Amino acid sequence: MVAAMRENWIDIGSLSEIPRLGARVVRTRQGDIAVFRAAGDEIFALRDKCPHRGGPLSQGIVHGKRVTCPLHDWKIHLDSGEAVAPDEGCAASYPVKLEGDRIMLSLIPEEGCPNQ
Amino acid sequence: MKEKLVVIGNGMAGIRTVEELLKVSPETYRITVFGAEPYGNYNRIMLSPLLAGDKTIDDIMLNDEQWYVDNGITLHKGKEVIEIDRVGRKVIAADGTTEEYDRLLVATGSTPFIIPVPGHDLEGVVSFRDIHDVDQMLAAAKQHTHAVVIGGGLLGLEAANGLMQQGMSVTVVHIMDTLMERQLDVPAAQMLQASLEARGMNFLMGAETEAIIGKDHVEKLRFKDGTEIYTDLVVMAVGIRPNFALAEKAGIHCERGIVVSDTMQTFDPRIYAVGECVQHRGVAYGLVAPLFEMARVCANHLGQHGIGRYVGTVTSTKLKVTGIDLFSAGNFSGEEGTEELVFQDAARGVYRKLVVQDNRIKGAVMYGDTIDGSWYFDLMRDGTDISDFRENLLFGQAHLGDSGHGDDNRVVAMADSAEICGCNGVCKGDIVKAISEKKLFTLEDVRAHTKASSSCGSCTGLVEALLSHTVGGDYSTAPHQKPLCGCTEHTHDEVRTAIKEQGLKSIQTIMTTLGWDNPDGCSKCRPALNYYLVCQWPAEGIDDYQSRFINERVHANIQKDGTYSVIPRMWGGGTTPKELRAIADVAEKYNVKTVHVTGGQRIALYGLKKEELPGIWYELNQAGLVSGHAYGKALRTVKTCVGKEWCRFGTQDSTHLGIELEKMTWGSWTPHKFKMAVSGCPRNCAEATIKDFGVVCVDSGYELHVGGNGGIKVRATDLLCAVKSEKEVLEYTAAFMQLYREEAHYLERTAPWIERVGLTYVKERIVEDETNRKALAERFRYSQKYMQADPWQARAEGTDKHEFEPLKVVAG
Repeated sequence: MVAAMRENWIDIGSLSEIPRLGARVVRTRQGDIAVFRAAGDEIFALRDKCPHRGGPLSQGIVHGKRVTCPLHDWKIHLDSGEAVAPDEGCAASYPVKLEGDRIMLSLIPEEGCPNQ
Repeated sequence: MKEKLVVIGNGMAGIRTVEELLKVSPETYRITVFGAEPYGNYNRIMLSPLLAGDKTIDDIMLNDEQWYVDNGITLHKGKEVIEIDRVGRKVIAADGTTEEYDRLLVATGSTPFIIPVPGHDLEGVVSFRDIHDVDQMLAAAKQHTHAVVIGGGLLGLEAANGLMQQGMSVTVVHIMDTLMERQLDVPAAQMLQASLEARGMNFLMGAETEAIIGKDHVEKLRFKDGTEIYTDLVVMAVGIRPNFALAEKAGIHCERGIVVSDTMQTFDPRIYAVGECVQHRGVAYGLVAPLFEMARVCANHLGQHGIGRYVGTVTSTKLKVTGIDLFSAGNFSGEEGTEELVFQDAARGVYRKLVVQDNRIKGAVMYGDTIDGSWYFDLMRDGTDISDFRENLLFGQAHLGDSGHGDDNRVVAMADSAEICGCNGVCKGDIVKAISEKKLFTLEDVRAHTKASSSCGSCTGLVEALLSHTVGGDYSTAPHQKPLCGCTEHTHDEVRTAIKEQGLKSIQTIMTTLGWDNPDGCSKCRPALNYYLVCQWPAEGIDDYQSRFINERVHANIQKDGTYSVIPRMWGGGTTPKELRAIADVAEKYNVKTVHVTGGQRIALYGLKKEELPGIWYELNQAGLVSGHAYGKALRTVKTCVGKEWCRFGTQDSTHLGIELEKMTWGSWTPHKFKMAVSGCPRNCAEATIKDFGVVCVDSGYELHVGGNGGIKVRATDLLCAVKSEKEVLEYTAAFMQLYREEAHYLERTAPWIERVGLTYVKERIVEDETNRKALAERFRYSQKYMQADPWQARAEGTDKHEFEPLKVVAG
């Protein structure tokens, strides 16, 4: 079932709509999802809620494969959603991929992160 | 195929270097470590508390054996290396173990000096250097009652204190007339001796040992004057010597230690050396702080990054005896041409002496209350001109760490539940626990793990004090030249100079030219670099919004729930019914949850959604309201009183002047927020003397005050000068702001900046040098030509549309 839904990619826009080293928000019924564009045009999607105090990660500064939360400076790994040590916690990560210039997002988060 | 690195010495210097190396180049080497002691790596500084029973071996262990396994390091413990074969590039241990190397790191530390008196080799005569010595002392304390410690220096007194804690009756024998003569002057040494005597320690001063007497085991000590003292244990703590015999035997150039260059390389380019065994620029160190700096530099070169030089360390000393606070640094005894500032309060047991030369601190001795030690030490290392605050210097850095602690600065006496960091709610117990359990060494480590002192920073002094009490010594001493951030070795000043002199015009170019470690930097350096570029090249239109903090990127202030606040500019704190009506209309239309009047005489609207911002700004713009920059490292507000237009005391038109100042300066980006005020008379209702730049009108003209702030640490301004006309006020303001913009570090407010460079310097550049003042003011005005466009209007008209809209709204 999950696997089937995972095939359910949603076209959320084109790569050029997200600034390089920036992020945009996708509004969903399960809450906001932040979609990041790192330096090498790699795309990542995380629940837009810092595991610390719920800050909107989409508003942070993107550097390397990390984002710094704008509220209290926590750093989060974009690929896993895990906080950079020594902080502990994680933001749910969503499958996302590029098809040509189009960004495809799945609304089923990866498993293993309680920050749903 | 990885290269082979062999480390001789499993102590603090060697392993610290390995740790630093694993951080910067984890894949370069296959690492093998030889250690003569049968343990993992432990904190040698903490042998005193171990002896005193304040700590256990587990407490002081830094890297247990699992750590070596986890990091793929081969540890030969309990194996002493006896030969370095430089031709065959291998080392050989006493038991025959042989390891080849491509690079060799020698960290053999130091050995205790044993006075070669008759009987020095009797049983019951020990040194105080390693866990084995401590074990011997602890065993002696169980069986015997009398101990003599030879040596009234730092180590000897710590040993004596430890043995006393173990129940022994201890006599300290010292050849000089006062204790710790290399760290303390006579008054401090006498206070120390009196305090130790009150705890039951005995002293024989000016006593020179002639012989240690006993059959198999030590029985008594005889002095040169013929007197004798019975004892069951003798601890020799008269000093240490760099241990370089192994290196010397291998033909490596040694003098009083293994001679190394600024890159920690010995005369054999394949061989490096760090720690107490080395001699660098003629100096051999016996403290921990230098070793940490050496380790960082050495690791960088071993890791083939080739950045960084070790240029020596100014050291300070603290005594690790519970309940006795003592600090010493630099030249504390003074000499021809130095002056002494002394504070002595015998009843409270407090003594402070500062040695000053040409208004710069050369040395310090403190006894009883040492919380300001690190501040004096910083002033000393930075060579700060103290003439501006000399009269208050001895009273310490006022309000240090005073975020709700009152006078209770004595961290040791604080309960575990006492809150140290008011911003992040971190208690003393949390910090101590993290330091011990996670083996934290530096202030940065403590900040990363506990968050204490990582927000406003006002409790930094307290956290440092806790750190040094928990791990001992001078661990927290930061390197003298602080790099801009973890991505680079370069300091703020070096980066700014490079931008200017090499004409660097983008963040990417700076990073490539100066060799940044991380390709797109971090959230600390990018905003700084962006500011430096905007400041240096105002006309070029350089401004990377992705390197700006969210507030400056969207020109509003993010709040805890992710909504934003909006604060329009009210010039000089004045407004009109039309503006108020527009604000009221917007507040109603957008369901603003909170309307609040700010401390800077503005009206703030809270709880706005990001998508609503351009619409709100459009409506405010219609009434003539523009961005108040309340979100930025920028000119914030010019606060005024009503001045002589209304007030019966007013001397000048402060409101008009405030508006003029705000019209001139709005839109300028600064290293940190910048606030101004104009008061119409010395009653100072606009609180101009706690602003970055404050004008106090007087009958004869205008007093200009600089470098104040309210907030974390209240600092009243310093008087810059007095001028006669409004025109001059404007010129001095522009010049001051430009000097601050060009020379302060990013995120450094005017108060710490002025404390760093000195008011005298600022006066020299602005008041005394008219040409320079005019040039600064001109550069400010030139920059302003490009900065004064309302960012709200641009966004209301569609700039950066993507910032204010979701990428997509999906039903799922």
